[in-house]
Amino acid sequence: MQPRFRNWHVQLALLPAWLIVVFAYLGTMVFTVRMSFTSSKGIPIMDDVGLRQYDRLFHTDRWTISVENILIFGLLFILGCLVLGFLLAVFVDRLARFENTLRTIFLYPLAMSFVVTGLVWQWILNPALGLQANVRNWGWTSFTFDWLEQGDRAIYLVAFAGIWQSCGLVMAIMLAGLRGVDQELWKAARIDGIPTWRIYLHIIIPALAPMFITATLLLATAVVRSYDIVVAMTAGGPGISSEVPAKFVIDFLFTRQNIGLATAAATVMLITVLVVLMPWLYLQYFRSAPGARRAA
Amino acid sequence: MASVSVRRLAVSFGHVKVIENLDLEVEEGEFIVLLGPSGCGKSTLLNTIAGLIDIEAGQVWISGKNVTWTEPKDRGIGMVFQSYALYPRMTVQQNLSFGLRMAGVPRAEIEARVAKAAKLLQLEDLLRRRPAELSGGQRQRVAIGRALVRNVDVFLFDEPLSNLDAKLRNELRVEIKKLHRDLGNTMIYVTHDQIEALTLADRIAVMRNGVIQQLATPQDVYHRPKNQFVAGFIGSPTMNFLTGRLILGAAGPTLDLGSVSIDLSAYGFARQSSDVPAVLGVRPEHIDLGAASPGHFAANGKVEIVEPMGADMIVWSRIADTPVRIRVDGDSAFRNGDDIAFHFDLARASLFDAQSGERL
Repeated sequence: MQPRFRNWHVQLALLPAWLIVVFAYLGTMVFTVRMSFTSSKGIPIMDDVGLRQYDRLFHTDRWTISVENILIFGLLFILGCLVLGFLLAVFVDRLARFENTLRTIFLYPLAMSFVVTGLVWQWILNPALGLQANVRNWGWTSFTFDWLEQGDRAIYLVAFAGIWQSCGLVMAIMLAGLRGVDQELWKAARIDGIPTWRIYLHIIIPALAPMFITATLLLATAVVRSYDIVVAMTAGGPGISSEVPAKFVIDFLFTRQNIGLATAAATVMLITVLVVLMPWLYLQYFRSAPGARRAA
Repeated sequence: MASVSVRRLAVSFGHVKVIENLDLEVEEGEFIVLLGPSGCGKSTLLNTIAGLIDIEAGQVWISGKNVTWTEPKDRGIGMVFQSYALYPRMTVQQNLSFGLRMAGVPRAEIEARVAKAAKLLQLEDLLRRRPAELSGGQRQRVAIGRALVRNVDVFLFDEPLSNLDAKLRNELRVEIKKLHRDLGNTMIYVTHDQIEALTLADRIAVMRNGVIQQLATPQDVYHRPKNQFVAGFIGSPTMNFLTGRLILGAAGPTLDLGSVSIDLSAYGFARQSSDVPAVLGVRPEHIDLGAASPGHFAANGKVEIVEPMGADMIVWSRIADTPVRIRVDGDSAFRNGDDIAFHFDLARASLFDAQSGERL
């Protein structure tokens, strides 16, 4: 009997999972891609207009601004979270006595959803309600901080709120990594007379590479999904200056009744993610395959 | 001039006093082993000498300089750790040279020192590898190399062989001994393994509860233990202890075990004593089978258990209801219940005060 069929009852037990993967994930993916080649508006229709929706998509300002914004947001958000999260972890690690308190404080924002985060920061940063209004009330009447209402600045504030919310998660991951570092490594480095910052830079950070990869992947998925924080904080505004791709897709799918264009945008997002993930997937699964086969 | 000198050292962690008022003088070029059960303060002492633990009182001198408050890197020491503590993402070459590069040593000098250490430790073929690609023994050789390139006077070893399997441990033990012979540096070595201590040391410091119990050559520590703790800690199988009462009669000193009395006139007393409860310690290999010689204590017994250990064999019998181990040739034939006659030389035995444990 072929070994592949010997465990048929195992395969049977996995059948529901397979069905979900095939229909819910792959099926909808294929359907979305198919829709992007149609001229569907409010209701899906099965015609074929070729790449016309893609052509339109890349001539839409709102989309190009969205792509620009997601690049700015993604870069700032991921780098900011990694740097700040690592520094917080080092800080907590060195102040072992207050660890529990500090850890709770830094992890607290994570307990809030992006919607709440966006809303809170929207209040604080709103020139008419928050920081600016208060400072002016205290007497500094010329104080101005209205980035939330400046089209070219708003996205930076969104990134800032995102970092505020998510750097605690990175801290938790990094802290676990730091705790796993062999104490004798620190002693050895002290005997060698290596300055503390260099120990972190040359020994600890390289040793924490798996933690950085994990954190980056988690943050990257948050970037691709980013929708709620923008809706709550700026609603894509002022104007369309802080739009992001996920919001573009949702808006065109449900509000603007343009399924063709929305699915084209979704497909572009999918391809982008795959292009970014491919090298990683390749390294993870295909490079190790010869070794795995040898072991088997 | 002492190479390493620890004077009236006190170390505590919080309210726990780990070491109190400890003195240790290590001569130039000497190989000292700190031996003791876990928690006896031997690693703490070593870390204090290295400057990795702050001390509460006392002084540490290395090569004639008071280094009590000097940074570890400036003390002229190299250290090797149990977990190797190699820099994980660096090649062997980088591991060896990193500290020197940080210290601003000229490039040519670094290369020369690394090449020399690599040659000495047979690491030349491994220089491009990372620690993850090395075996445990190779990793520890790299760690030794990292201490070597520092060109220091004193090497500190913190249980360097404990993570290795028995065979590698034996191999590396000999390599460390050769290294000491070739370099002639002062070495301080912490271990809980008495074989390592006995084979490597010029002098062994047996520690317990933060106190050095005995500091002497391996021969002295083994054959003339200063107290009962040292006697029981060193030696495998353990020394036999016969508890009784020391009686200084007109006919000479005897140890009264109740049913049996042992004549102690051949024993070399270390100091004056009175009639006190005492413990006689006899090593299993010092008990011989057969008829007694003059000055020996002789007894008869039955074989209770036989433990063959390859090269030799441990036969269990009794003296006055106390079980005793007798080490005999591994090729002997004994069976449980056999009658045996045995004897031991009192000149080679050790007598301890039962209360204080001190040698009498």
